[in-house]
Amino acid sequence: MYKHDVLIIGGGLAGLRAAVEVTRAGGDVAVISKVHPVRSHSNAAQGGINAPLTDRGDDWEGHAYDTIKGSDFLADQDAVEVMSVEAGDAVLELERMGVIFSRGDDGKLGTRRFGGQKIARTFFVGAITGSAILHVLFEQALKLGLNVYEEWFVTKLIIEDGRCRGVVAIDLKTGEIHTIKAKAVIMAAGGAGRVFEPSTNALICTGDGLALAYQAGAPLMDMEMIQYHPTTLARTGILMSEAARGEGAHLLNSDGERFMEKTAPDYMELASRDVVSRAEQTEIDEGRGIDGNVLLDLRHLGRDFIEQRLGYLQEVSVEFLGIDMAEQPVPVQPGMHYIMGGIKTDIDGATNVPGLYAAGECANVSVHGANRLGANSLLDTVVFGRRSAVHAIEYIKSVDDHSASEEELASEQVRLQALLDRPKGERVATLRNDMARGMTRGIGVFRDQSSMEGALENLENVKSRMSGFSIENKGKIFNTDLMFGLELEFMVDCAEAVVAGALTRKESRGAHFRTDITERDDDNWLKHTLVYKDETQEHGTRVETSDVKITQWQPVKRVY
Amino acid sequence: MQANLKVKRFDPADEGGKTWWQEYKVDVHPDSTVLDSLIQIREQDDGTLALRCACRASICGSCGMKVNGDAKLVCKTRVVDIAPNGEQLVIEPMGNQPVIRDLVVSLDTFFSQIQRVDPFLQPDHVPEQGEYIASNDSMENLLTSMNCIMCGCCVSDCTVLEVDANFIGPAALAKAWRFTEDPRDSKRDERLKVLNDEAGGIWDCTRCLKCVEVCPKGVAPMDRIMELRESAIEAGNTNTPGYHHTESFYNSVKKNGRLDETRLAMDSAGWTNIPRLLDLVPIGIAAMRKGKLPPLIPHKSEDHKKVKDLYDNVEGESS
Repeated sequence: MYKHDVLIIGGGLAGLRAAVEVTRAGGDVAVISKVHPVRSHSNAAQGGINAPLTDRGDDWEGHAYDTIKGSDFLADQDAVEVMSVEAGDAVLELERMGVIFSRGDDGKLGTRRFGGQKIARTFFVGAITGSAILHVLFEQALKLGLNVYEEWFVTKLIIEDGRCRGVVAIDLKTGEIHTIKAKAVIMAAGGAGRVFEPSTNALICTGDGLALAYQAGAPLMDMEMIQYHPTTLARTGILMSEAARGEGAHLLNSDGERFMEKTAPDYMELASRDVVSRAEQTEIDEGRGIDGNVLLDLRHLGRDFIEQRLGYLQEVSVEFLGIDMAEQPVPVQPGMHYIMGGIKTDIDGATNVPGLYAAGECANVSVHGANRLGANSLLDTVVFGRRSAVHAIEYIKSVDDHSASEEELASEQVRLQALLDRPKGERVATLRNDMARGMTRGIGVFRDQSSMEGALENLENVKSRMSGFSIENKGKIFNTDLMFGLELEFMVDCAEAVVAGALTRKESRGAHFRTDITERDDDNWLKHTLVYKDETQEHGTRVETSDVKITQWQPVKRVY
Repeated sequence: MQANLKVKRFDPADEGGKTWWQEYKVDVHPDSTVLDSLIQIREQDDGTLALRCACRASICGSCGMKVNGDAKLVCKTRVVDIAPNGEQLVIEPMGNQPVIRDLVVSLDTFFSQIQRVDPFLQPDHVPEQGEYIASNDSMENLLTSMNCIMCGCCVSDCTVLEVDANFIGPAALAKAWRFTEDPRDSKRDERLKVLNDEAGGIWDCTRCLKCVEVCPKGVAPMDRIMELRESAIEAGNTNTPGYHHTESFYNSVKKNGRLDETRLAMDSAGWTNIPRLLDLVPIGIAAMRKGKLPPLIPHKSEDHKKVKDLYDNVEGESS
C-alpha cells in the first residue's frame, strides 16, 4: 500500500500543473498515469493558449464575453470570469518556467488570432503549443523530483463514508494490483474522444477519469456537448489546427467558393467551431464537397510563412496525404475533437464527492458550455489544475489520517481475475467499434430525436454484450489487452451519459444542434444537464438539471 | 493491399523470458501506416501482441520501434512507402533499451540520461511581472530541440550507446543544447563545462550520423552535439582530447596541406599523458605489420600553399 496527501490521476497539463502547485506548498503529492506524462494527449493541442493581457490593450471582460458567446451562453459566468482574470498570470508563468512562446519585435510574447474571438490573444509555439508546454511542465516535474506512478492504470476510486480516499490501480509493468491511499484525489485524466469513431483524440482518451468519478457518484454535466473540429485531415482524422485559419487560411467548397460568407460574414473562417463545422457539413451534404471533404487553402500564405508558423501542419499534410500545402489545398472534414461536458465541479475544482477534485478536459467547471473556443482548453487546464490543487491542499488539513481498509483491493482483485477467466467471447475492439460508430452516427454535427434514439438503441445492444467479451492475453506483465477491456467499460459509461444528456436537451444550443428543434430555448433550457449513474433507473441513468450562472451577460442571439 | 510483417516477440513470463519471431499478414488500406497494421493485428488477430501507441499523429512519441533495422515512429511510416510490393517488414523493439514485452521497451535509461543534463531552465532572475524579453529568432532557434518528443529512436540506434552505456546520449544532449542556447538561462558556462568534462559527455559522440538519420522530428541531435562542442571550446574548455584532436587536425592541414595522422594521435592523447600514449603503442605496431603506419615525418602535399590560401580566404571571410 502506498500513501500520499494528494494523488493526481493524469500527467497532462492539468495534472502536472496541479502537481507543481502541491509540491510548492510542501505537500506530499504523486501523479499516477497509464502513460508516461510526456505521452499525454495535451501534446496534441496545436494552436495556442488564450490570455487577455492588459498591457497589450486587452481586457479580461473581452475574453470572458467571447468565451460566453462561444459557449452559446451555457457556460457558468462566474467560472469564466475566474478563468479570464487568471489567464494572464497563468500564461506568463508558463513562459517564466521556460516555454518558448513566439515573440513580437519588442521581444514580448506575440499573438495570433483564433476562432470566435474579436481580437488576437492566442499565445503560441508554432503549431506545437501543447507539446511545448507539456514538456516544460515535465521539466519542472523533474526539477521538483515529482513522484510519478508511470504506466499505472486506475481501476477504481476508493470511497469511504462518502469521501474519496484513494485508488486501486494496476502497475502495468508487473501486473500487480495495489492501493494508493490519499487524503484527496485530483482527477485530471483527460477526455473521452474514443467514445466516438473517428476522433482526433489519441487512443488513450477513453474517458477513464469521467467514468471513475461517475461510478463514484459524481454527476457528469452537459455531456451532449461534443465538439466537432472543423478541420481534420481527410481519411486520417488527424487534427489540422485552427491556427491555419487564424493565420489566414480559407475554406473552399467544390466550386472554389469561400462558403463561410453565407453563415458568418463578419468572422468568416474564424467563427466559432460549431458554426464552421455545421457550415462545412451543410456544403458536404448538399453536394458541394469533395469526397466528403471541403478544402483548407493556405497557398496564398506562401511557403516560408507556412513552414515557419505552421510547420507541424505542413509535416502532417506531406507525410500523411502527400500534399504540399504551399502548392495545393488540403481536404478536411469536421471530426470529433473535444468533450465540453465532464465531471461537474465548482470553481475550485471540487466535485460533489468530498476529497475528489477534477480539472482539465475530464472536468466541467463550466467554462466551455455548449461550445469551446479554440485555445481555451489549454488555459482551462492550467488555471483549474492550479486551483484544484490549492483547494485540495486546504481540504486535506481537515483529514486526520489515511484510510486503513484493504477491502477495495481484495474486491478489485477478484473482479479483474474474473474478467481474465472469462471463456472466449467477443473481442473488445468489436464492441468498441460498434459503440463508437453508433455514437458518431447518432450524436453527430447534426442530430435529431430519431438519430439519438438510434444511438441509445445501439448502446443498449453493446451493453447487453459487455458480459461476453473476453481477454485474450492472460499474462501479467504489460497486459494491454486487459487494460483495453477496462477502458471499454469506462467508455460505455461515458457513452451512456452522452446519450442521456442529448436526449434530455430539447433545444439546439452550440454543438448540440437538433435538426428537429433548430432554435435555442432560453426560457426552458438555459440549464445544465446532470447525469447520475443509477442502476435502479431505465438505461442506468438519472438526469437532473441545474440553472446556468449568469453574472453580467444576458443571453443574446449569437451572430458571427 | 497486404501488409506482411515479421514481428519479434518477447514473453517475459517464462524464466528469463522467451523470444521468437511471428509472422502476420493483414489486409490494410493503401494509405495505412505500419502502426495501423499492428493495431489491426492486435485487434483482430492476436490480442497478446504488446506495443505502445497513443496519438497516431507523430506528436506523443509512444510508438518508436525498429522497422527493417532502423528505429522509426511507426505512426508516420506508411507501409506502401517501404514495402510497395508487399515485401516483408521486420519489426523489432528499439535497441539499447531493455525489452519489457514484445515491442515495449523500458525507457528508464532514456529518462535517466535526460535527468543528467539538469533539464530545466535556470534563470538568474525571475521577472516579478510579465515575461522575459527575448528575440523571436532566439526562441525559434530552440524549436529544433523543442520538437523532440522523447520517442527514444535516436537512443535506440546510437552506435556509441551500443558500446558505452555511460554516454549521455543524443536526446539528452539535444535537450542540454536547448538550455545552453536559451537566452533566459544563466548557467550556460556551467552547463558547457560539465558537458565538456564529464565522462560520457559531448566528446564521446563518434559523429556516425545515425541519430540524425532516424530522428522523426528533425531534431538532428548530432548537429546539436557539434554545436555544443563549438560552444564549449569558445567558452574556453580546451582541456579535452576532443579539443586537442580538432586543433591538431586544423594545424596539420594548414601547415602540410594534408593530415599528419601520427601527430594527430599524439596531440589528441596529449604529449604528457603517458598511459594514453602507451595505449597507442599496440595500435601502432598492428598498423606497422599491415603496412598502414602513417609516416613519422609528414609529407607536405604539393599544393599545400593553395590549401593555406583556402584557410586564409575562409578565415578572412568569417572575420
